[in-house]
Amino acid sequence: MKSAVVVFPASNCDRDASVALEQITGVKPHMVWHADAEIPKDTDLIVLPGGFSYGDYLRCGAMARFSRVMQDVVAKSQEGRMVLGICNGFQVLTEAGMLPGALMRNANLKFACRPVGLIVEETQNAFTRKYNAGQRVVFPVAHGEGNYVADEETLDRLEGEGRIVFRYAPSDNPNGSMRNIAGILNQKRNVLGLMPHPERVCDPLLGGTDGRAMFESLIEAIS
Amino acid sequence: MKARVFVTLKNGVLDPQGKAIGHALNGLGFGAVGEVRQGKLIEIELSERDESKARASLKEMCEKLLANTVIEKYEIELKA
Repeated sequence: MKSAVVVFPASNCDRDASVALEQITGVKPHMVWHADAEIPKDTDLIVLPGGFSYGDYLRCGAMARFSRVMQDVVAKSQEGRMVLGICNGFQVLTEAGMLPGALMRNANLKFACRPVGLIVEETQNAFTRKYNAGQRVVFPVAHGEGNYVADEETLDRLEGEGRIVFRYAPSDNPNGSMRNIAGILNQKRNVLGLMPHPERVCDPLLGGTDGRAMFESLIEAIS
Repeated sequence: MKARVFVTLKNGVLDPQGKAIGHALNGLGFGAVGEVRQGKLIEIELSERDESKARASLKEMCEKLLANTVIEKYEIELKA
């Protein structure tokens, strides 16, 4: 599996993503600068990493979505390539309209930076097929604006179509997200956005390996 | 021409920052303060002289970038 990590000004989890991808896939990902015209053609998986792209000016992800390379990210996602948006990457995906809803200021106004319990709700997709449905995993979160908001109709549709992939364990919702939503898929099921960081739990040295199965799922789905 | 664009959360969208400001004002003794909603003010200078063209262009700016219409609404104020 060949992957690419998009680097925006003030991305700060691009290296974490790169290290995890290289460890698990055995191949160094392409690091693609936001001002580049395109993602390399052999790319199977595009990662939009965590961070504070463009200083979170105006709204988180609002500026990054107009980066030059994002046009090609949209085009490649429409061709069916996999796109994974982590944290700020999730915010960019909602701002770009590639995923529904929006991520607002955490309900308690506090930056949440800790491991949280998640439930893997859906495994019928390329990102979580190696997890068990209902499995509890622990990924760290690190965000001030991860409070997922959408209208009731959108929320019902996400539930009905099995597009809520991760939920915070009910007592562990760090940001007030509606229906405890932590990560969702697009309709074609090739774009996943989530606030928690799977790439930070891929090495036992970092305190856990619950995130590995996501990248192993992608390898299996793509091969 | 100068424009002032007000971006605020849609009615019904929870505004924790507004709520915190409200609590703080109550705490300072402003007992009459009820609900507080917080938003953004963006001032824009425009070289456009035609008011309707300026308005159309500002509306497009709001829809494309200045507001996230999933959660926010906007108002445009123009001054010659």
